[in-house]
This record gives sequence, C-alpha cells and structure tokens, in this order.
Amino acid sequence: MKILVCMKQVPQKDAPLKLNESGTWIREDVSYEVNEPDAFALEEALRQKEKHTGEVIVITAGPARASQVLREALAKGADRAIHLEDDAFVGLDAYNTARAIAAAVKDEKFDLIFTGLQSDDYGYAQTGVILAQILGWPHATIIMQIEKTDAGIRVKRELEAGFFQFVDIPLPAVLTIQSGINKLRYATLIGIKQAKNKPLRKVALAEVQSAMGENLQKIVKLYVPQKSKNTEFLEGPPAEVAKKLVEKLKNEMRVI
Amino acid sequence: MADTILVVVEQREGKLNRVSWETITAGQVIAAQTGWTLEAAVVGSNSGSGIAAIAAEVAAKKLAKVYAVESARLEPYTPDAFAYALQQLLEKHPAKLVLMPHTYQVRDFVPKLATALQTTAISDVIGFRSEAGKLLFTRQMFQGKFVADVSFAGNGPCFVTFQNGSYRADKVEAGAAAAPVETVNVEIPDGIIRNKPEEVFKEAKQAVDLTQAEIIVSVGRGIKEQKNIDLAKQLADALGGELAASRPICDNGWLPMDRQIGSSGQTVAPKLYLALGISGAIQHIVGMKGSRSIVAINKDSEAPIFEIADYAIVGNLFDIVPPLIEEVKKAKG
Ligand SMILES: Cc1cc2nc3c(=O)[nH]c(=O)nc-3n(C[C@H](O)[C@H](O)[C@H](O)COP(=O)(O)OP(=O)(O)OC[C@H]3O[C@@H](n4cnc5c(N)ncnc54)[C@H](O)[C@@H]3O)c2cc1C
Ligand SMILES: Nc1ncnc2c1ncn2[C@@H]1O[C@H](COP(=O)(O)O)[C@@H](O)[C@H]1O
Repeated sequence: MKILVCMKQVPQKDAPLKLNESGTWIREDVSYEVNEPDAFALEEALRQKEKHTGEVIVITAGPARASQVLREALAKGADRAIHLEDDAFVGLDAYNTARAIAAAVKDEKFDLIFTGLQSDDYGYAQTGVILAQILGWPHATIIMQIEKTDAGIRVKRELEAGFFQFVDIPLPAVLTIQSGINKLRYATLIGIKQAKNKPLRKVALAEVQSAMGENLQKIVKLYVPQKSKNTEFLEGPPAEVAKKLVEKLKNEMRVI
Repeated sequence: MADTILVVVEQREGKLNRVSWETITAGQVIAAQTGWTLEAAVVGSNSGSGIAAIAAEVAAKKLAKVYAVESARLEPYTPDAFAYALQQLLEKHPAKLVLMPHTYQVRDFVPKLATALQTTAISDVIGFRSEAGKLLFTRQMFQGKFVADVSFAGNGPCFVTFQNGSYRADKVEAGAAAAPVETVNVEIPDGIIRNKPEEVFKEAKQAVDLTQAEIIVSVGRGIKEQKNIDLAKQLADALGGELAASRPICDNGWLPMDRQIGSSGQTVAPKLYLALGISGAIQHIVGMKGSRSIVAINKDSEAPIFEIADYAIVGNLFDIVPPLIEEVKKAKG
C-alpha cells in the first residue's frame, strides 16, 4: 500500500502562547512539535506498510521550521517527504491547505491518505475530509482501527459516548486518524542516520498557488476568552494551599 | 441569494439529538438580529427513522418552515448520501447561513458538503456577533487557550457548526402555530454511496460506572508518568472517591478506557470533580462540566480548565497533592 500522511507542526502543548501585535495570531517564537493525532497517523501508516509492504510518504505545509516534523517521520521509517515550504501556509483555511496538498501530490497515486482528525492550533477538523472531496475519494473520520480487505479496507470509527462502528470502504480513500489508535514508536539511532539519505522534496508556494484561492474564513481577532465563572484562586505555599482547600472541601463543598 | 438561515437538526434512528435544540436557539438569536428567515431541515428516511415525526416536533418551534429531506438511501448514515441530499436541498432552497451542531456526524460530512458547494464551514463556534453589518463567529482555537472572531468571505452559503453547550436548549422559542412541513424527496443515484457502514455498537465491558460516583479525582497528562498515577489514587482513596482520567492517560494504557471522561468517554456530574494536570480541552469539559463543584490544580495559570473551575490552585501538582492527602486524612480523623 502506498500511503500519504499529512503532518502538521503545531505549538508545543505546554508552551506559553502570546498574541502577536495585531492580535490575529500567536507570536511565532515558541517551541513546536508534531500535531498529536498526526503522529498516530504516521505510526499507523508504518504498521500497514510493515504488514502489506508499500511506501509511506509524509507531507507538511508550513515554514522552514516544519521540516523538523518530516525529519522525525523519516527517522521513524517513512520513505520520503514533501515539504510545502512557505510562511504563508501558516495562515490558510482548511480548504486552501487541502488544495495546496492535493496540488503538490497530483502526479502520485496513493491507495490511502491519512490525516489527523484535528489540528491543535486551528482545530478545524476539516482538512482530511476536504482533501477527499477535492480528489473525489471516499473518506471516513475518527478512525481507531484499519484492516485491509479484498475489496478495500474495513475501519473502526469512533462515535460519541463510547460507541463505535465498522465501515467498509473502497480504495483509494482518505482517513482521519484519532489519537490512541496504536502505540507510538521511537526513532532509533539507525533510523535517524538513515533519514539523512532519504529524499525530501521541497515545493514552493508558487508551484501550487494556481490551485488555491482566497481564504473563505478570516481571523479578525484572536484573544483570551472571557471568564464566565467566579473562580476562587487559592494561593500560598503548598502546605497552606492544601489546608485552604480542605477547609473548602469541608465547609463549602461539604464532601468531607 | 435568499436571506435565509437553515438549521439542520440531527437524528439517529428516529430520535432527535438534543443538541439540535441548542442550534435552533442559535438560529433564533441570529434571525432576531439579522431579520432573516429561519428554517430547519431533518434528513433521513421515513421507513427507517420516521423523520416525519421529528419534523413535526421541530415544527412546533418558532420557525418559518421545516423540510423533511427524505430518501431510503439516507439510512444508515453515510457522508456521501448526506452531502448529496443536502446539496440538492440547498440548490432548490438556497440559504445564506446553514447551522448545525458540531457533532461527530456533522464533522464527518460538513467539510465535504461545503467543499462541494465551493464554500466553507466555520467549525466549533461558541458565539456570534454582528458588527457593522458583518457577521462574526467566535470559535475556540489552540485547544481553548484562545478564541477567535472569524468572518466569512465568498458567495456562501456559510456553514457554521456550534460547539455543544454554546446556546441553551431550554431557551428555544416555541412558535405561535406549527411551521409548515415540506417533504423533499431526494433521488440518490446508484454509485453515490461508497461506504458500507455496519451497526453501531458499544465496547462490551464497562467495569466501572463513574456516573454514580460522588467524588472523582481525575488525572491528565500533567501526571507525567504512569507510576505517578498512584499519587492520584492515594488522594482519591483518602477522599473516598473514584479515579478518572483525560483521554491521553487512557490512550497510554495508564488507566483503563472506562475511566475516561469526555465526549468519547463517560459524562459525569459528581459533587466534587478534582482535576489534576488537565488542561480543559472542550472534549474533556463536556464530560464533567455538570459537576457540582470543580477544583483544578494546574501549573499554567491560563489553562482553560480554570474557566470552569470553582476553586483553582495554580502550581505543581507534585508539590500540592502530597500535603493535600495528609490534610484530607487529618480532616477525616
Ligand atoms: C474527537 C475528539 C474526541 C476527544 N475525546 C476526549 C475525551 O473523551 N476525553 C478527553 O479527556 N479528551 C478527549 N479528546 C482530547 C482532548 O482534545 C485533549 O487533547 C485532552 O483532553 C487533553 O488531555 P490533558 O488535559 O490531560 O492533556 P494536556 O492538554 O496536555 O494538558 C496537560 C495539563 O497539565 C498541566 N501540567 C503539566 N505538568 C503539571 C504539573 N507538574 N502540575 C500541574 N499541572 C501540570 C499543563 O499545564 C496542562 O494544562 C478528544 C479529542 C478529539 C479531537
Ligand atoms: N499545514 C498542514 N500540513 C500538513 N498537514 C496538515 C496541515 N494542516 C492540516 N493538516 C492535516 O489535517 C489534519 C486536520 O487539521 P485541521 O483540519 O486543521 O483540524 C491535521 O491533523 C493534519 O493531518
């Protein structure tokens, strides 16, 4: 199976984020990591390849810093990488991101494309499904299991409140992968060494721009949400805070 | 284009998903501010889920019209059939805004539908404002750390999906008289539907029922390592409560899946929910925001969990939990 994995670089989970001067995006001087479900998508692609042979290609659209995500993926076992490299890729809506990715891989024939189910920064939860529509392929979202069948694949979709559903889908198809579908591997030293010799193709914005359009949604303003609840902050050194909280547990919440 | 707002409600097996009422409330609020006409649509098959009954239930609300979009091929749900049917409806009855709840099902087909119509869906919206004649939708970003006001460009229709709990279901206005229901039969040709879904099921065993617990101590990724779970367990034991967790903890196998709280886990409402090192992503919050008291311990003073906490402690949980266990034991004698 030939599988494309879409991977995005996002601010690290614990990184303190600050707004930029125009209040439309964050200041970019933070540390970054791979979007969590995308790491699971890569792992799943590698496992499918190990079972059925094939090729795993990873792609990211982002500034120069995003190549780190691709290098890590190559070190874990991806065969080659594509970097849509431009600062402008940070500001795209999901439709344009999907169009850029589709244009960058138009000469390739994949059996499957994996994306994460959602990005941690924008959180559109759309790029994969839009990509499927652009390509004219079927799709399934929030995937927790994938098996190859004679006719295509059989996937397990996560539904709300602990429900699941199996779905049979013909290939080629797009799947959006949920975190926790598998256990992630670490890159090995050999893997890291080998990654240096694996192909990493760069694609400039100009090469895909004709496939793209105006953003159809725009961030007018980004800001810290207003608190709606009256939260009482308990302050002081740990021992004191512990005392204060137990006091509240006893006399106000009445659970002790 | 007609100045119409269309709310697409969600049903499964003939039962209306209650979040649909929230979306109708949102639609009524926007309609009141813009003066646009508000309509609703139910999608499904009459043999399968009896959407006529749902259409009638919805038509009792303050709406100009309700469409019952009907085809035997709409049951069971597939993204192909839903996107196709709604595209047909919108071509016949254009709308400026199309509103839906941000459910897993909507996430599955709305990006496809919007793209097929060469337009966009603003997802996970929590509020709306009209500024100088421009509609602005507020949505969460960066896992709830920020919100953004988002404007829409293009010819529309603009799709908007609302996060669970953004508008109140009990605020939905009833109509003076029942709205007219129009059945729209859609012809879904062979070959449109490619996915073959099987029956929906629940994983067999659910050993613990957290919905009955009065006290829950819940751990998130801030606990760092599997061996530290024991610290939270000690606190739960001291309080006489149950241990629960955010999703990543269960994904890692540090606690069993049936202790997961959130949209894909259990929904709980204990007297006390004590969150240790949980950031407060919306998918977690929907599972516990009904708790009577919420206490959060987190080292990040801007963690979204503090927005819904009654009592907040900013600090390192490894410093605070040990003395807390001692104090609880003391208090209990
Ligand atoms: C479709 C879908 C369904 C989902 N379903 C669920 C669900 O059912 N349940 C669920 O929980 N999630 C669910 N998620 C995942 C959710 O979006 C979040 O990723 C998850 O809840 C984050 O878990 P967390 O808060 O434990 O981790 P993080 O977001 O990584 O937060 C860890 C927190 O710990 C704090 N911290 C770190 N170290 C310390 C310390 N020493 N002391 C104190 N605080 C510390 C940090 O400041 C941070 O706030 C779902 C996501 C999607 C897209
Ligand atoms: N700039 C990008 N580069 C590569 N993949 C992306 C990019 N943006 C989104 N994706 C993929 O689409 C998924 C969903 O993102 P989103 O639609 O933004 O929630 C992510 O998990 C990625 O797999």
